[in-house]
Amino acid sequence: MHYISQIMNKTVTPFDMPDGIDVAWCPGCGNHMLLKAVKSALHELGIDRKNLVMVSGIGQAAKSPQYIKANMFNGLHGRSLPAALGIKLANRNLVVVVESGDGDMYGEGGNHFLHAIRRNIDITVIVHDNMVYGLTKGQASPTSQRGMTTPLQENGVMLEPFNPLAVALALNAPFVARAYAGDVERTKEIVKQAIAFKGFSIVDVFQPCVVFNKVNTYQWFKERTVYLPENHNVRDRTGAFGLAIQQDKLLLGVFYRNEQRERYEDQMGIGTIPLYQSNPLDEEAFQKLVNNYL
Amino acid sequence: MYQDISMVFSGAAGQGVQTITGALLHVLKKYGCNVFSCSEYMSRIRGGSNSTEIRITEKKRDAYVRRIDMLFALSHNVVEHLKDRISSKTLIFAEKEKFGDQWGDSCIDTPLTKFAVEAGSAGFSNIVAAGVVLGMFGIPLELFTAYLQVKFAAKGEEIATKNCIAAKLGYSFGRDTAATANISLQISIPAAMPERVLMDGSTALGIGAVAAGCNFISSYPMSPGTGLLTFLANRTKEYGIVVDQAEDEIAAINAGLGASYAGARAIVTTSGGGFDLMQEGVSLAGMIETPIVIHIGQRPGPATGLPTRTEQGDLNLALHAGHGDFARVIFSPGTLAEIIDTTQQAFNLAQRYQIPVFILTDQYLLESVSTIEAASVKRRTVETFLVKTTETYQRYAFTDDGLSPRGVPGYGDGLVRVDSDEHDENGLITESFDIRRRMVEKRLNRIRSLMETACMPTFIGSVDQAETLVISWGSNRWVLEEALDVLGNRAFGGIHFSQVFPLNPVINSLFENKRLFVMENNATGQFADLLSFETGRRISRKILKATGEPFTVEEVVDALHQSDHE
Repeated sequence: MHYISQIMNKTVTPFDMPDGIDVAWCPGCGNHMLLKAVKSALHELGIDRKNLVMVSGIGQAAKSPQYIKANMFNGLHGRSLPAALGIKLANRNLVVVVESGDGDMYGEGGNHFLHAIRRNIDITVIVHDNMVYGLTKGQASPTSQRGMTTPLQENGVMLEPFNPLAVALALNAPFVARAYAGDVERTKEIVKQAIAFKGFSIVDVFQPCVVFNKVNTYQWFKERTVYLPENHNVRDRTGAFGLAIQQDKLLLGVFYRNEQRERYEDQMGIGTIPLYQSNPLDEEAFQKLVNNYL
Repeated sequence: MYQDISMVFSGAAGQGVQTITGALLHVLKKYGCNVFSCSEYMSRIRGGSNSTEIRITEKKRDAYVRRIDMLFALSHNVVEHLKDRISSKTLIFAEKEKFGDQWGDSCIDTPLTKFAVEAGSAGFSNIVAAGVVLGMFGIPLELFTAYLQVKFAAKGEEIATKNCIAAKLGYSFGRDTAATANISLQISIPAAMPERVLMDGSTALGIGAVAAGCNFISSYPMSPGTGLLTFLANRTKEYGIVVDQAEDEIAAINAGLGASYAGARAIVTTSGGGFDLMQEGVSLAGMIETPIVIHIGQRPGPATGLPTRTEQGDLNLALHAGHGDFARVIFSPGTLAEIIDTTQQAFNLAQRYQIPVFILTDQYLLESVSTIEAASVKRRTVETFLVKTTETYQRYAFTDDGLSPRGVPGYGDGLVRVDSDEHDENGLITESFDIRRRMVEKRLNRIRSLMETACMPTFIGSVDQAETLVISWGSNRWVLEEALDVLGNRAFGGIHFSQVFPLNPVINSLFENKRLFVMENNATGQFADLLSFETGRRISRKILKATGEPFTVEEVVDALHQSDHE
């Protein structure tokens, strides 16, 4: 099988955890391939793991930082983005990469997703989008397709699926991409571009769940996904929106790039000195503060 | 002749009550008086009926009284709104031209608008009103005009001059009225008054936070907690503070914890309803052992409750917030000095013990204005406990006291890995029951030290000789102190807690052979129950109020007086 050959062909990176670590993912899960793509991307970008913080919420996808040798903030379900925001604002020298699943990012954390895009802070968000809840055993996720039956949605999913790319484009997210975990090499290239991008970058990654999602399988994705053409205009937001809502073929690649949007941290005037190096007020400055109220 | 005067200024929202009281507080303080003000207002932007009480006293009295000696009525419905507080002794100042004779003989016709128009515009009527008060009490006019010159300097000389004319017209009227009605203020001003600063509770909280080295806040606006957010937002450049308005309170506390993980000294501010949303974050702080300071400005609940009113109903919430077992500290300051000091302690304790630390205030405390001697505003040393990591660094290394040296990402050669799942010393997920047992112990081990170093309460009056101890926490300190003073009964002593959790075990000995009363601004006696639970002692009486208003000195005196005759 294609995916096994990709995993076996293991690349050594500074982000590899010690051998023998207990990985909680199912055999055949797309997470394994995405992990490999992300580690390779980090390695090829020459990122120093001491300056990298992997941030996640909760779920199977959110365990990814457990398996990457770097700093880690494995927070609460749905809350990876606020935590990542705090980390980046406290020390903008850090490379901040968020990895979480579709339920975590688009369901529990939906409001944070909207407002993180509005802020445009320089972090990268990689969403493992398998269109199903895995860790809670097979319920519908925000991206589940209508009609899919689950133990909870016995008569099929009734809700319109969340379209992360369209939502991101509507909010003028400055870097919007989609990848397919089954293609490690091209996923790696997209992730590299996203991390190198100076601003908020989102990569929604299609990824089969071999245990709970019997609809969106490797075969299903293989038949429906196709890469954007070479001559795709990444500056055309309206065009990108049309491609994002297209149903017959699911497009992969970088949909949109906008280097012109000002970053939140720049607008705030945040410098390169991290907050842990802030100097507290001296006695004179303190007296001055108090004396404003004389 | 007044030796302790309570003046109330009341009108609709947007009428400028704040302009009058702001000017008066400033000028009276400059003159050397002890001043205090507190405000009550409706949850609306315009209209309704709001009021601010100003007290001028010889002895420092920072407490709300029910009695109104002078009422400045700026709109029709004022007297109806305040009828329970008006007596035959209340002098009402109002414009007869506007409101007619409805308030009878006790009303002194005060043509504010007429003088204001004479000065150039009806808009100056608030300055006229302040002038009337200062004229009645013979406070030098120059103090007022100097204040106006500074305040309106930016608006040009013409505006400043017109304000001064308005002030003078009001002042002359006040002086004449005082002579006719035989009004005077008999307060002796010490020759050498120490320098004092004038501020509200929110400002004190802001000063405390800046002094504590706070450099990060992410919060969502909610009355009455917003004051701190605004204070810090207006000083980002000056003090290097990162301020983020969050999309919701969940985001706020998670951003605070992210920033704290990366080495910021972070605070969040909210009120009870917003804090409800933060609870998962409190639990996260407990699990990842990451410092965070949480300010809850209490207001009456449940749900939206009375958004602009006051209560102390969220002690149980702060005490029990967050699932699972972990350590926490709750401060409950009751004076400006206590706010400034406990806020600094909160940051240091959060850093030292790697825990969430709460500061519980309320609308009454945050929005009351009073003075404090400048020299008594103290800065504590900013304590940081960060280590530079080495390659073998483990964020959750087991130690004797349960506290692992805390590193931050990017500082040193190690990796800092934190996890909301149960984790091993490296921060990696584990389901080992043995590690779980040790981690639980580790997280709780610090409680003993937190108890032993907990702040001792403050004694009010003769605690040793008293048969009954009246206990307060948070904003009730001054009202208790004044009530005990007025009561003048040595059988009663007071104890005030500016830290309500954990309690120092030493307090148990203070309660030996005493009858215990607890007064608090809530419906069930939350602190009384906590105290009883923690010390095993019976609370003889709970003095409670949950109307949305603060206690008045009079009602506490009455309550204690009754007890004395029981």
